[in-house]
Amino acid sequence: MNAAAVSGKTGSRAGLALAAPGKAGDRVFRLLTWLMAMVVLVLLALVGWTLCKGSALSLSKFGWHFFVHSNWDPVNGDYGAFWFIYCTFVSSCLALLIALPLSLGTAVYLTELAPGWVRQPAMSMIEMLAAIPSVVLGVWGIFVLVPWLREGPYPLLVKHFGFLPVLRGPTTGFCILSAAIIIAIMILPIITSIAREVFRAVPDSQREAAFALGATRWEVTRLAVLRYSVRGLFGAAMLGLGRALGETMAVTMVIGNSDKISTFLLAPGNTLASKMAAEYGETPLGLHLSALFELGLMLLLVTVATNILARLLIGAMGARQPTGTGAP
Amino acid sequence: MNHWYHRWRKLKSSGVSGLCLLCALAVMTPLALVFFHLLKAGASSLDLAFLTQLPTPPAEPGGGMANAIVGSATLLGLAGLVGIPVGVLGGIYLSEFGARRRNWAVRFAADILNGTPSIVWGIVVYALVVGYSAYAAGLALGFMMIPLIIRATEEMMALVPNSYREAAFALGIPHWRIVLNIVLKTAGKGIITGILLAAARVTGETAPLLFTAFGNDLWNRNLSQPIEALPLKIFNYALSPYDDRHRQAWAGALVLIIFVLALNIGVRVMTRGRAPRLAR
Repeated sequence: MNAAAVSGKTGSRAGLALAAPGKAGDRVFRLLTWLMAMVVLVLLALVGWTLCKGSALSLSKFGWHFFVHSNWDPVNGDYGAFWFIYCTFVSSCLALLIALPLSLGTAVYLTELAPGWVRQPAMSMIEMLAAIPSVVLGVWGIFVLVPWLREGPYPLLVKHFGFLPVLRGPTTGFCILSAAIIIAIMILPIITSIAREVFRAVPDSQREAAFALGATRWEVTRLAVLRYSVRGLFGAAMLGLGRALGETMAVTMVIGNSDKISTFLLAPGNTLASKMAAEYGETPLGLHLSALFELGLMLLLVTVATNILARLLIGAMGARQPTGTGAP
Repeated sequence: MNHWYHRWRKLKSSGVSGLCLLCALAVMTPLALVFFHLLKAGASSLDLAFLTQLPTPPAEPGGGMANAIVGSATLLGLAGLVGIPVGVLGGIYLSEFGARRRNWAVRFAADILNGTPSIVWGIVVYALVVGYSAYAAGLALGFMMIPLIIRATEEMMALVPNSYREAAFALGIPHWRIVLNIVLKTAGKGIITGILLAAARVTGETAPLLFTAFGNDLWNRNLSQPIEALPLKIFNYALSPYDDRHRQAWAGALVLIIFVLALNIGVRVMTRGRAPRLAR
């Protein structure tokens, strides 16, 4: 009897095991997590759909005209984005021109030259720069950077390079060039940290081979490291550009928010993002809102394109993607 | 001849090394300058009134940003309600279920959403939720948190050794219990770190709030009404023509950066560099 009870017990235990406990729980949990993962796809579709639907009115009314003519007139209902596209392009490219050499130099220093004890703290400092909110940098830009640029470098620039058609004064300091400088500061950390990852992905055997041939440090860097990582560096630049195109708050605060076309870099302007931000408080409706959505749609498409290109280039390098874990 | 060429190569090498060092110093300079000016202009303006009082009408000195600070905290809470469950559970799916290759679409979408300019989030939510409200702003910030948390969670859970899972499977524990009680628990610290970093990121965001939170000079007692937020207040005050408001913008910027950096540095110290790095 005792034995039977024991065998009965073990039997029921075996039965439980065969019933694979928690199958229903597994299915529910899996479904729940799947739904949450799908939210990301839905969200992407939602952003695209909302912007397309929102800009339909403006797209059908202005067509291609929207991109080649320049006007922003809510009173007469006439909109054109050429000036904003131009400002976005010029300020981002200038920012990249300023930031890229500095970032590459820094990344070379941090991977190839700096003594071991400098590398980690320096990188943490650069990541801290990335953590500064855009609006804080904007406050600094308004009250420190722009007045300084207006008093010091800009008059010098006009004096010595005034023969260039793009550099004419006088200027208030709130201009496209100031915006480019602020954007450059904001994209320095991202380009530096990705360039650093790309350099670190270069196999040491490359460097050792170059050293063995008697190359100096610079020659090792040039021949073994830089040449090896051209693709990845291009990707880093693209990612930086993607950020530059979408920078909003700091740019809005220093670019001067002017819709008047000018070929001077020291004249105020408005980028796609800063124009959208400058509409704050207007509560746009109808065609006005639709034109605003079209600016957003353009901005989204350009940043998505640069981001995809950047990720393809960086991924092909075998460097850690910027979304990697913190474990080095 | 050969000797001189050798000297020239060495000189060039040290020249470029010096140039690279200068680049590194140039990159650090804005950081140092921003902190210097924030401390100089912000610390002198930061007082008890700033932290505890409501804003005064324009041109009237005094007052503070108490409602903006509380508003920012409220928005962060709302954003967390949206972003944390979706982000963590989605990250669990990416790491624990489904083949790595099959999930590329979700991963890719998350990376694209990370690169989406924040002002775009603002107008998208403006279109989805008609009218200005705290809910809309919380939703916009929550949407921004999702891709950040999903990727951080996935990365941290992928770090948990597979032998843990295998050992648990061998004991006959249901898969969902393994994920929740063993994998999630092991990766917990890293995931919390990721959440905190995402929170630090969205706290400083201003652009998504322009068309959602709108701003409000009083206390917000109803979340379906416009709400004030610290970054928004800083933006408005910095662009206003009054000196006293400029002073308060500096103080607000100092408070904001102290909060953001405290989270960032605290997280790094807590995890000793094993924190997930957020996508940018």
